[in-house]
Amino acid sequence: MSEQVEKLIRKAYSAGFHSDIESNTLPPGLNEDVVRFISAKKGEPEWMLEWRLKAFRVWQTMEEPTWAHVHYPKIDFQAISFYSAPKSFEDRPKSLDEVDPDLIETYNKLGIPLHEQEMLAGVAVDAVFDSVSVVTTFREKLFEAGVIFCPISEAVHAYPELVKKYIGSVVPQRDNYYAALNCAVFSDGSFVYIPKGVRCPMELSTYFRINEQNTGQFERTLIIADEGSHVSYLEGCTAPQRDENQLHAAVVELIALDDAEIKYSTVQNWYPGNEEGKGGIYNFVTKRGICHKNAKISWTQVETGSAVTWKYPSCILKGDNSIGEFYSVALTNNYQQADTGTKMIHLGKNTRSTIISKGISAGKSQNAYRGLVKMGPTAEGARNYTQCDSLLIGDQCGAHTFPYIESAHPSAVVEHEATTSKVSDDQMFLCQQRGLDAEKAVSMIVNGFCREVFKQLPMEFAVEAGKLLEVSLEGSVG
Amino acid sequence: MLQINGLYAKVEEQEILRNLNLNVKPGEIHAIMGPNGAGKSTLGNILAGRPGYETTAGSISFHGQDLLEMDPEIRAREGLFLAFQYPVEIPGVSNMELLKASVDARRLHKGLPELSAIDFMKMAREACKAVKLDQSFLKRGVNEGFSGGEKKRNEIMQMMLLEPSLCILDETDSGLDIDALQVVAGGVNAMRAEDRSFIIVTHYQRLLDFIIPDYVHVLAAGRIVKSGDKSLALELEAKGYSWLEDEVA
Repeated sequence: MSEQVEKLIRKAYSAGFHSDIESNTLPPGLNEDVVRFISAKKGEPEWMLEWRLKAFRVWQTMEEPTWAHVHYPKIDFQAISFYSAPKSFEDRPKSLDEVDPDLIETYNKLGIPLHEQEMLAGVAVDAVFDSVSVVTTFREKLFEAGVIFCPISEAVHAYPELVKKYIGSVVPQRDNYYAALNCAVFSDGSFVYIPKGVRCPMELSTYFRINEQNTGQFERTLIIADEGSHVSYLEGCTAPQRDENQLHAAVVELIALDDAEIKYSTVQNWYPGNEEGKGGIYNFVTKRGICHKNAKISWTQVETGSAVTWKYPSCILKGDNSIGEFYSVALTNNYQQADTGTKMIHLGKNTRSTIISKGISAGKSQNAYRGLVKMGPTAEGARNYTQCDSLLIGDQCGAHTFPYIESAHPSAVVEHEATTSKVSDDQMFLCQQRGLDAEKAVSMIVNGFCREVFKQLPMEFAVEAGKLLEVSLEGSVG
Repeated sequence: MLQINGLYAKVEEQEILRNLNLNVKPGEIHAIMGPNGAGKSTLGNILAGRPGYETTAGSISFHGQDLLEMDPEIRAREGLFLAFQYPVEIPGVSNMELLKASVDARRLHKGLPELSAIDFMKMAREACKAVKLDQSFLKRGVNEGFSGGEKKRNEIMQMMLLEPSLCILDETDSGLDIDALQVVAGGVNAMRAEDRSFIIVTHYQRLLDFIIPDYVHVLAAGRIVKSGDKSLALELEAKGYSWLEDEVA
C-alpha cells in the first residue's frame, strides 16, 4: 500500500492545483444529462459517473426534509443551474473599486490585508506574489511528509483506488436528500490523505486553495488519516465570501483509521442576507466522520453566516476506545435561522464523546441545537457528556434545544446539561461603568460565553473568530 | 468636583429622591448614611447612569460638565467609579481582559496610548497585592465563583487600577468580616488624594472607624436631612435613625 501511495503522491504534484476548463454555464434544471455533463466536463472515469448517476436516481425518489426548525420558500431545483464555469477574467471586477462597498467595509473591520481582499472578492489579479510563494513552500513541506492535499477532482484521476474505496463510505449516497444531491452533482472540494504514522507538519487550510473559483456550491471533501497519523484541517475563512449561488449542499467525510486523529475546524461566514433576511445563502451540509480503534475525531465550528443553516457534524465511534468531540458556536442575527448540532453514534466499547454547543441568538433570529447521542448494543462502558448553552440578546429571538438520547446498553452513561441565559442588564452596566461602550460590552460578554469552544481553535483562528463575532453582532444592541 | 442641585429621581414610577442637594469638593470624603429605603443606593446608581433610574428634576455637575447628559461609559472614562453593592458575574471573561479594556478606554479618552500588556500586568499585580487578592484572580472570570468578600475586594482592586477622581462605594462594607473591612478601608485610605473624592454609602458606622470622613450626611425620605462630621455617625450608632425621622416629620 505505502509504496503505491508514494508513487501516487509524486504523480499528484506534477498536476498542480489549478485546472482551466474552457466552458460555459449550463441552463437551469437537473436531469441525468446534467449529471453526465458535469462528469464529462471533469473528464471523470466511468466508475465515477456511474456513482453519480446512482446517487441521482436515489435522490429522485427522496423527499426534501421538513423536520428542521427552519422556514424558507420551497427550492425549485429545476430553476438552478448545476454547473457554472469559473468566471473569466473579463467578467470579474477589475479592482476593489468595483466591489460592493459593504463587503470592503467588513473586510477592513476584520483587518484583512488588501491583496487578500482582492482574492476574496474575486478581483481579476494576475498573480498574487506573496500567496504564490507561500503556497509553493507549503506544498514542498507536505510533499516531504508524504501528505496528499489536492482538489478531489484531481484525486479521482490521481488516486482512484483511495477515492473509490472511501467516497460514500461514511455518508452513503442515500443518506439524506441533500447528501444525495451532492453525490450527483458535486463540483469540487478537498482530498487529503495522511500516510501511516505521519503527523501532518502543518495545519491544512482551504485558504491555500482560495484561487479556485466556484467550488463552494456543492463542495465535497474527503479526508483519510491512515493508522496512527494526525492532521488538523481548517475550513473556511472569517471573511465573508462572495458567492452568487444561493443553495449550498456540501458533504464532508472523515476517516480516522486505528490510532489516527483528525481535528476539523470550520469558521463559516457566508452571506446571511440583508437586515430583512433577503438574499442570504441556504446551507445544507452533511459532515460525518468514522473512528476506528483508538481513533479520535474532533469537530470545532464557528457559524456566523448563511440565512439558513442545516448542519450536524457527526461521529461514528466504531472502534473500541475511540473518541468523538463536537465544539460549536452558532451565532444568528437579524432573520437568520440555524438548526445545527451533532450525532454521536457509539458502537465500540469504551467509546467517549463530548459535545459543547454554544448558541447565540440576536435580532429576530432562530437558533436551534439538535443532537443525537446513540449508545449501540455493543457500546459497553461508553460515555457521553453534552453541554448545551444558549444566550439570548434582545427579546425577539429564539433559542431551541432538541436533544435525542437512545441507549441500548445498560453500562453506557449519558450526561446532558443545558442552560439558557440572557445578556443581563447588570452585566452590561458593569462593563459600561468600567468605561466600555455597549457594543464592546456585548462582544466581550459573548466572547466569554464562547470561550470553551474558542480555546479548541488554532490560535490564529481563535482571534479571528472573536473579531468575527464582534462584527456579526453589530447593531444588535442599541 | 460634584455638585447636585435639587435632584428628583424615580425608579419604576416610584419617586425615590426628592430635592437632594450635595456638594463634594476635591479631596473630600462624604459618608452617606440612612435607613433602609432612604434612596442611598439610588443615588449611586443615578450618578453612574444605570438604565431604569430616571431623573425628573434638578441637575448634577461633574468637573463642571453636565453629568446627566453623559452615557454611563463616558462618565466612567471621565473618572467616575462605582464599587457595586452586588458585583455581577461575567462567565468566561477574565478579570484581566475586562480591566485591560477599562484602563485602555480611560486612557484613549484622555488621549493617551493603550497600555502595553507588560505594564498593565505590573499595575494589576500591585493592585491585587494591595487588597490581598491572589494574582490568580486576574485570570478568573469576572466575579465568577468569588466569595462575597472576594467580590468586594475585587471592586476595590479595580478602583485602584482605574484611578478615578470620584469613587462611589455602594455599601461595600455590607457582609464583610473585620479583616476584609480593614482591607477595603486600607485601599481607600491609600488612595486618598487632593484631587480625588469619595462618596461612601453605608448602613453602619464601623467602616467609618477605619475611613475618617470629612462629612457625614443622613439621607431619609429621598433627601439629606442632616449633615455633620464624624461625630454624627457615632450619634446615629447610639440613637438609630428614628429620632431624625421624627425631627423631619
